[in-house]
Amino acid sequence: MIDIKQNAMTEEIEMLVGKYGSTRDALMPIIQNIQMNHGMITDFAQQEVARLLDIHPVEVYGVVTFYSFLSGIPKGKYIVRLCRTISCDMAGKEAVARAIERELGIKFGETTRDSRFSLEYINCMGMCDQGPSMLVNDLVFTKLTPHTVVDILNRFK
Amino acid sequence: MDKIVKDNRAPVSQKPLVMAKVDKDSIGATVGIEINGNPYKVMLGTTILEACRENNIHVPSLCYHEDLCLAGVCRVCVVEVEGMGTLQAACTFPIINKIKVHTTSEKVRKARRHVLDLMLSEHYGECYSCHRNGNCELQKLAKEYGVDSYRFGHVEKRRYQVDRSSYSVVRDMDKCILCKRCVRTCIDLQEVGVLEAINRGDKTKVTTFMDKPLAEVICINCGQCINRCPTAALKANDPSDEIWNVIDDPSKHVVIQTAPSPRAAIGEEFGLPAGTSMTYQMNTALKMIGFDKVFDTDFTADLTIMEEGTELLMRLKKKLVDGDKNVMLPQLTSCSPGWIKYIEHFYPEYLDYLSTCKSPQQMFGSVIKTFYAQEHEIDPANIVTVAVMPCSAKKFECNRPEMDSSGFKDVDYGLTTRELAQMIREAGLYLPDLPAGNFDDPFGDASGAGLIFGATGGVMEAALRTAYELVTGRTVPFENLDILPCRGFNGVKQASVKLENVKPEWSFLEGVDLNFMIAHGTANAKKVMEALVKGELSNIHFIEVMACPGGCLGGGGQPIPTSPEIRKKRAEAIYQEDAGLPVRKSHENPHIAYIYEKFLKDGPCGHLSHKLLHTHYVKRGKFIG
Repeated sequence: MIDIKQNAMTEEIEMLVGKYGSTRDALMPIIQNIQMNHGMITDFAQQEVARLLDIHPVEVYGVVTFYSFLSGIPKGKYIVRLCRTISCDMAGKEAVARAIERELGIKFGETTRDSRFSLEYINCMGMCDQGPSMLVNDLVFTKLTPHTVVDILNRFK
Repeated sequence: MDKIVKDNRAPVSQKPLVMAKVDKDSIGATVGIEINGNPYKVMLGTTILEACRENNIHVPSLCYHEDLCLAGVCRVCVVEVEGMGTLQAACTFPIINKIKVHTTSEKVRKARRHVLDLMLSEHYGECYSCHRNGNCELQKLAKEYGVDSYRFGHVEKRRYQVDRSSYSVVRDMDKCILCKRCVRTCIDLQEVGVLEAINRGDKTKVTTFMDKPLAEVICINCGQCINRCPTAALKANDPSDEIWNVIDDPSKHVVIQTAPSPRAAIGEEFGLPAGTSMTYQMNTALKMIGFDKVFDTDFTADLTIMEEGTELLMRLKKKLVDGDKNVMLPQLTSCSPGWIKYIEHFYPEYLDYLSTCKSPQQMFGSVIKTFYAQEHEIDPANIVTVAVMPCSAKKFECNRPEMDSSGFKDVDYGLTTRELAQMIREAGLYLPDLPAGNFDDPFGDASGAGLIFGATGGVMEAALRTAYELVTGRTVPFENLDILPCRGFNGVKQASVKLENVKPEWSFLEGVDLNFMIAHGTANAKKVMEALVKGELSNIHFIEVMACPGGCLGGGGQPIPTSPEIRKKRAEAIYQEDAGLPVRKSHENPHIAYIYEKFLKDGPCGHLSHKLLHTHYVKRGKFIG
């Protein structure tokens, strides 16, 4: 079973390499695609990418851990990212954060047991005038209050 | 452009950089610059750091290393360049126009101190119990910049566990200051790719793939990262406590063998200039420390030449005369354990090309626990063999499960040059003051051929001295037996020797050009292997590969620091000692003749030597499970 999955992954990466090329500058689009399709980049996928681009696996690992939007570990279906930068913080981020934690039953940096939600902090995404703000996957939500944030999260349950 | 800069509201540090246009005709020409008010002429394109060092102007540096690509990450070398808004890292600033540099201004001095204070706030400093005490670049800089308190705090408790999984390299990330020298060593210099910085910002750390222990990744144990680490974040796995225990145990017969490279470098640990040969003082020191017998690894280097040379001639015969398709040529040398692990990981399909000979260290181990034990009627169970090596990979090698052909663990401990120097200091001895002492019989004298194993090209030179004479009956056609094409520090060297008027039994080699290649450093080995994979090396017969830049003399167990200059001097010391020895060809070593007469009676590559002196390899592959 694992073998079948791994073969499929190799095929997918080979397809991506065909599309983006096999030089090291193709690394970003390839792993972004894998992240998009699978929600994470497994250690097997990282090594396959490294093999096909002729770079070292640890370099791929370095890139995957560098960017917040790439992940080497499994995460929830919806990743809730709350801005923690100063404008959002002053607009009442803290109360929103507590409300999210209560609603999901997890702390920041954790994933719910049903793998539906992951909760993270992020830094400024340019919504400073409409804070507090958060992302749920690709969607931006602004002017959050402890009340509205619960409504928003319920939409994804 | 000027207008844009003037109207730009961005802070000075973020304004676009305006540089005077480079006059293209002047590339390769000199440019006049001013450092601290004095005029200098430097080559266009040199960095400020190089310009300062050439002109004896002191600029501190930390992440900069001569062997590695530039990084500019530590900011210790910052200098003021007039017209630039911010301080510039001297190591990465190329001089392309007439700049004025200040290396001693207030701004520079304060910034450097800040940088150091910030580094110290992250560095788990426990200088008394640190093995780099006295030889630490961070410690030295802290003294230089008068650090008298931890202005930004200090790490009091360990944050990371020390990774002791590897037989060779110990990683203590609490002492890491993120200069990335090890990363550049591993990825660029050696092209092994084990270490890399992961995460970002204050969470950055240098680690392996998936943060796995070093023993579980594709580390080849070359230890080059240790030689380049400015602090004690990387060190070799030190067995000296266990060695002291067996020395102090009267029931154990402790035998030590010393490789050719440590003797050319150990003086550096005692403040002597690089390239001071300490062979005979070291023998005295080892005796005084309490080793029962001191042997010379050069003896088994000679034995390696006999075995490996014979193996090569046999392969040539099988290939050229019998047309045997299972015989692989070129034959690759197998003396360097780092190289062995590299090829096992990266080219597992090409292990058949490797010579089956063990490395000299392992040959000695099995000879001591069999032949020596028999001759001196000592129970091999009570013999402890220690090997002084310039190498951290030897520690892994002696722990390979297949290295027990004597019925015991052939070599019990691998000790690096640095650790031996430490033991000598601990014994209360000052090496340069000691009288000369000889090696012990029966493996006392070795040939110069065994000695030059320490430098890149040495194995090849030694092999040619023997093989040529074996085949033609004459000495190699080079003045003073110095086969100069084998010497020097070019990454990959290639040369050939024509075999003419050969002895009748080697008639199939008449007129054959014996082509050989020499590579040092696994990055160069990779180039050779890629050519081999493509089938471009079908005319080559023999390739010497050493995992470390410069060969064993630049090994991961040698004194710190290392640089091309230091390695060159060590090589000179080795070649000089070779030139002064009475016997300079392996097959003329009387002890070699003796061991083949008394013990390995069926000759080189015979049945017994196959059992004791040859080995097999493991297909490891690169996949990290």
